[in-house]
Amino acid sequence: MYHFEYQRPATLDEAVALLKEDCKLLAGGQTLLPTMKQRLAQPEMLVDLGAIETLRGVCPDDDKLAIGAMTTHAEVASKADIPALACLAAGIGDPQVRNRGTIGGSVANNDPAADYPAAVLGLNAQITTNKRVIAADDFFVDLFETALEENEIIINVTFPRPQAAAYVKFDNPASRYAIVGVFVAKTGGGVRVAVTGAGPCVFRHKDLETALTSNFSAQSVDTVTVSATGLNNDLHASAEYRANLIKVLTKRAVAQIGG
Amino acid sequence: MGTQTGIGASVKRKEDKRFIIGKGRYLDDISRPGQTYGYFIRSPHAHAKITSLDSTAALKAPGVVAVLTGPDMQADGIGPLICGWGITSKDGTPHKAPAHPALAIGRVRYVGHQVALVVAETLQQARDAAELVEIEYEELDHVIEVGDALAAGAPQIHDDVPGNLSFDWELGDRAKTDGAISAAHHVTRMKLRNNRLIPNAMEPRAALGDYDSGTDEITLYTTSQNPHVHRLVLSAFNAVAPEHKLRVIAPDVGGGFGSKIFIYSEETVCAWATKKLNRPIKWTAERSESFLSDAHGRDHETFAEMAFDANGKILGLKVSTKANVGCYLSTFASAVPTYLYGTLLSGQYTIPAIYCEVQAGFTNTAPVDAYRGAGRPEATYVVERMIEIGAREMGIDPAEIRKRNFIAPDAYPYETPVIMTYDSGNYALAMDKALEAIDYSGFAARKAQSQTKGKLRGIGFSAFIEACGIAPSAAVGSLGAGVGLWESAQVRFNPTGSVTVFTGSHSHGQGHETTFAQIISDQLGVPIDQVEISHGDTGKVPFGMGTYGSRSLAVGGSAIMKAIDKIVEKSKKIAAHTLEASVEDIEHSGGVFKVAGTDKQMTMAEIAFSAYVPHNYPADVEPGMDETAFYDPLNFTFPAGTHIAEVEIDPDTGTTEILDWVAVDDFGNVINPMIVEGQVHGGIAQGIGQALLENCVYDKESGQLLTGSYMDYCMPRADDLPTFRVQTINTPCKTNPLGVKGCGEAGAISAPAALMNAITNALGKEIDMPATPEKVWRAAQGL
Repeated sequence: MYHFEYQRPATLDEAVALLKEDCKLLAGGQTLLPTMKQRLAQPEMLVDLGAIETLRGVCPDDDKLAIGAMTTHAEVASKADIPALACLAAGIGDPQVRNRGTIGGSVANNDPAADYPAAVLGLNAQITTNKRVIAADDFFVDLFETALEENEIIINVTFPRPQAAAYVKFDNPASRYAIVGVFVAKTGGGVRVAVTGAGPCVFRHKDLETALTSNFSAQSVDTVTVSATGLNNDLHASAEYRANLIKVLTKRAVAQIGG
Repeated sequence: MGTQTGIGASVKRKEDKRFIIGKGRYLDDISRPGQTYGYFIRSPHAHAKITSLDSTAALKAPGVVAVLTGPDMQADGIGPLICGWGITSKDGTPHKAPAHPALAIGRVRYVGHQVALVVAETLQQARDAAELVEIEYEELDHVIEVGDALAAGAPQIHDDVPGNLSFDWELGDRAKTDGAISAAHHVTRMKLRNNRLIPNAMEPRAALGDYDSGTDEITLYTTSQNPHVHRLVLSAFNAVAPEHKLRVIAPDVGGGFGSKIFIYSEETVCAWATKKLNRPIKWTAERSESFLSDAHGRDHETFAEMAFDANGKILGLKVSTKANVGCYLSTFASAVPTYLYGTLLSGQYTIPAIYCEVQAGFTNTAPVDAYRGAGRPEATYVVERMIEIGAREMGIDPAEIRKRNFIAPDAYPYETPVIMTYDSGNYALAMDKALEAIDYSGFAARKAQSQTKGKLRGIGFSAFIEACGIAPSAAVGSLGAGVGLWESAQVRFNPTGSVTVFTGSHSHGQGHETTFAQIISDQLGVPIDQVEISHGDTGKVPFGMGTYGSRSLAVGGSAIMKAIDKIVEKSKKIAAHTLEASVEDIEHSGGVFKVAGTDKQMTMAEIAFSAYVPHNYPADVEPGMDETAFYDPLNFTFPAGTHIAEVEIDPDTGTTEILDWVAVDDFGNVINPMIVEGQVHGGIAQGIGQALLENCVYDKESGQLLTGSYMDYCMPRADDLPTFRVQTINTPCKTNPLGVKGCGEAGAISAPAALMNAITNALGKEIDMPATPEKVWRAAQGL
């Protein structure tokens, strides 16, 4: 690890005021700190958001669920009353990661194999920052890239309640990140299918959504051709295998929901 | 002696208290006054010339003590690392083992190759300064796979090794085997890949060199499975210090699996540099350094032919293997794919003709050497995959075909065509018990049930054998070993009756502090809490060859038995004198020395006291009760058994679930059944790791290690494993006084073949290890 300056502001305003070039926000640190230890990242300053109480907590409402950016995966797993979301959070990493890692950190990092982006996109969530509200469809831009601007801090992620939802993932046997993870949600606006792990960035599978919106069943999934084009191809899984997993996992998610 | 702590009792491990309460002392827990920290600069290239190295800026950085390089070592007369086992090629020429300087001189040959050591007051300073060392490389073509390395036109890794061929070795009768194959009713032919593994001991390698200018003695603390061998090699070959001025201490060591047998660059450099700089130097590997530079395991490409008659009787086995040895020959690298491999190709079977040839090729990868099982897992994999595939091709039940070929229980000693003489065994008994335990007759029904769920069920066998208790010195000497493979033990009674045993074996997880104490407790009637086992320090233990090849109990334990014999012999004289009887009339049992036919007796504690306070004592007996013995084994030992795995495959995802695992192993006599069971569990876990999860991958294009962390290198975890159902049968070894055979490697040797046989049974198709979900999915889908 290289030398860096460390700040732990008590309020969001103080945090925003501290932001400058070559500065990184520290949420749970589950990606940033290992990267720094390996000397692959060299921020001049870390602004630790851990002392800002307003960024923490699960706030249920009748039609939605707001989760503070600094809420840990373990808290979401135990407190979120959208079962598919709680279940997703319970399957992230290991207990150490779940007790440090945060939802805000995860979505801001936008790791292509992270779990949360699938839920955020699948449930059509909104990301509220110190500057604006961003729709999930606009938030995840590309590999490790989001719509967040400089000096923008996520305050919370708000999930509309689905009629039903399920998340099924196929673990990378080594890292236990998702080789493919599929989040299926039945919402007022139709069925949403968000896929993580398979491509450079989480994405919605429109053909699956269309098929499932008209007929919510495993058989309906079979009618869809899932193309391998553009999917990840690495040591652990080819694009073709990932395409197969998208279909298989979608069917399993549909079966879980009861389609 | 009381059965509570004697031979055969499941005594809880004495050493565990200190590990559980955090009082274990591993290498990084040790620090010396004035200590500096070493950081190794490693090659980022698979193959390159070092065109310049400039440490000017680094030397000016804060806290930097020195930057040391290969030429510095050479100038100080430090010799290159050695390979301790000479192999002779078919044409009579010795193997080619190019010079392996501890720090690179002029050229780097793999990613992770040690180029320079930066020494500083803190580790942070050393790492910072390392980035200031300016090294220019001129990249050269590289080669990763052994098949490619041995092909015409491959990049030359060493100027003095044409075609990258270290040796081309053979064993057995080629003509006879070819004859058997051409006359056979059926021949099974298969290409088999034994995947490359990275050891991953829990404690990474580390070294702390501490020079005392007053005594001119170097103390090297290092993570070693064999501290005396480290001392011998560092002294005799590397000329770091004369043997009497070098003390090697291997304290608590957190696992080895073979990877800590070898004398590596890093400890050689630390031992040399501490004297050069007159400062203690500590280096502890980061996990990524372990991935890069611990000696890797396996990595064979094999073509095998097994010939059968119409009844499934094996007539011959011909095996041609290309072994990847990495970029240099590591300490025992040459023995692993030869005398620890070809010699086990008879398995548990009567095979009239066997021929094996092995070409060892250099590649631009980390050195490859012994890893749990070392050669024997590779041999078992060949034999047990081939017989299983042969059975499938001929339509014979896999258990039945093995039974038709087993060496009979009354056929011992049994001499194989590949120079081993098995002393004892009962292979059919282990098979029958395993078949019963797994409910083999119920398999068809279970398979049908899986089918109704859309799952593919499979069952697989592995009737393994291994050669342990390494090894008779004369035998291994004749085969090229540069050392003797005896073991030493010193049994020292204290005047108050407690005992310290100094053993040359080294425990890095095996539980010697318990097992060895049980032998003393059993034989000499000493309460187990009065027995201390001391190991791992050349300054305390007389001598030793260390722990590997499941040899500690068979060889180290036998040395303890020999020392106990001497204690008993001396005690009888003292008892005879004290009890006024003749020595011939003294009977010994469990630490009680009795005059035959009387009630006159002395206990071991009384005799030990008398030996140190010899007021009434035989004139011709020396005072003291402290005996040392060296034991050279008469033969290898041959643990064997049958493992059966049952799996269920999800054809949609290719996921394999291991539903059941039965192991029936013959380890001869068992000292501590609980420890044996633990060893079997650990071995099976590693074997399952190899078959299902683990795979070391270098990128062929860039030469970079792609599986350089746990993000990509998949170690088995508890939730990958089933509940193992382990039993032993006990056919005592006939060639050592304890009748023991060794259990440390059995699981790792047996498991890969059992699991792959189960998976391919389910699939109805052959695939190579590791059986990753995608590979299994492709096979299941017919892709």
